[in-house]
Amino acid sequence: MSSKPRLTREQIAARAARELHDGDTVNLGFGIPNLVSEYVPAGITVYFQSENGILGMGPRARPGEEDYDLVDAMKVPVTVIPGASYFDQSVAHLMARGRHLGVSMLGGLQVAENGDFANWKVPGAKGSGGIGGAMDIASGARRLIVCMEHNAKNGAPKLVRRCTYPITALACVHRVVTDLAVVDVTPQGFALREVAPGWTPAEVQEHTEARLIVSGAVPQIAVAPA
Amino acid sequence: MRQKLYDTPDAAVAGVASGARIMFGGFGGAGFPNNLIQALDRTGVGGLTAITNNCGSGDGELGILFQHDRIRNVIASFPGPQAVHFQAAYAAGKLTLELVPQGILCERIRAAAAGLLGFYSAVGAGTEVAVGREERVFDGRRALFYEPLAADYAFIKAWKADALGNLIYRKTARNFNPLMAMAAKTTVVEVDEVVPVGELDPEMIVTPFLFVHRIVRVKGIYNVVQA
Repeated sequence: MSSKPRLTREQIAARAARELHDGDTVNLGFGIPNLVSEYVPAGITVYFQSENGILGMGPRARPGEEDYDLVDAMKVPVTVIPGASYFDQSVAHLMARGRHLGVSMLGGLQVAENGDFANWKVPGAKGSGGIGGAMDIASGARRLIVCMEHNAKNGAPKLVRRCTYPITALACVHRVVTDLAVVDVTPQGFALREVAPGWTPAEVQEHTEARLIVSGAVPQIAVAPA
Repeated sequence: MRQKLYDTPDAAVAGVASGARIMFGGFGGAGFPNNLIQALDRTGVGGLTAITNNCGSGDGELGILFQHDRIRNVIASFPGPQAVHFQAAYAAGKLTLELVPQGILCERIRAAAAGLLGFYSAVGAGTEVAVGREERVFDGRRALFYEPLAADYAFIKAWKADALGNLIYRKTARNFNPLMAMAAKTTVVEVDEVVPVGELDPEMIVTPFLFVHRIVRVKGIYNVVQA
């Protein structure tokens, strides 16, 4: 196993942000996706959606300007940008589940080569657990990009043949951006699209349970200095 | 016409019996009927069924109801790590819990409001949510049947009401409130402000008055009245 440097969480987010296009409507989940809004490419406008009823969510509120009736899905006071709207929670979820929302980005525990996705519960975790919006968002996503570390803290690969963690939704993931690679879910399985700087496709494969399909030269993920 | 305005949260929640099934609006700290929750706690009822997104934040929001063993059954999407009283009661085996995907929670409430007898959705297929649910395949997609969720009471928070009970909400404090307002036999709302009939622009009204039965004005936007 290699101990070469991997992308930071911020660099994963920055790479994921390059998936966004001008005018996109985007839902960002907890974890690394939450950082993506900091890295939207210059010159484009994207409209962030929050599952509690905002389209056109802006940055966090500045200290002293918080309005606790205007929060994101993590209870953080936020702002809105021109063109924003408020709506009830059913409309918020209908946007994702009904395939109206352009892009959804979620953190993940496991992604399987058939696109199955696990992110809501660690087996054996204490407490009640909680589903929240993840199942609705994942099962209906028009384009679902999972942003996560390539391996769990104990080294276990998170790109797997079959999910062993509790499923969030079946066959729903389109692309995975990790600290080692950019991978697409295809009818044939995982296709390796990019690797982290300094890593070879073979080295990334060593850290991956499922087979990675490699065709031709695999470019490196372009990263800004950490 | 029956008077809907109540002087205090305690008066507005009077008559709730033990074992009642109650929906509670609110998400992420916004739009919780905190004054009604506190008043409900003071009535001393027990054995309640709560339909809610989350289950309290410390003693706040629904926390006090779990702390005082008011609730027996929970139907929720994301009880939450900050729901310490809920988590303690759950760990002690005092509660039943049905976890529901959040958008499905909305639609089950809306189905009850709309007089629908249920619906199918691909959400939850292949997951723990599917256990015990009817499954069918539509156009090659696995789907689960979800039954409606109705309640005896909806406790909600709105921004402004007129004296008839027309409601508007503020920003993300809207969340589940307008949905729950439509799905209960008795909807009780706490508002920041009551205005004369005719003052709310009909174009802006989110909840028409016929869904609303009891109104109580409370001070502030985000306050909790302490007993």
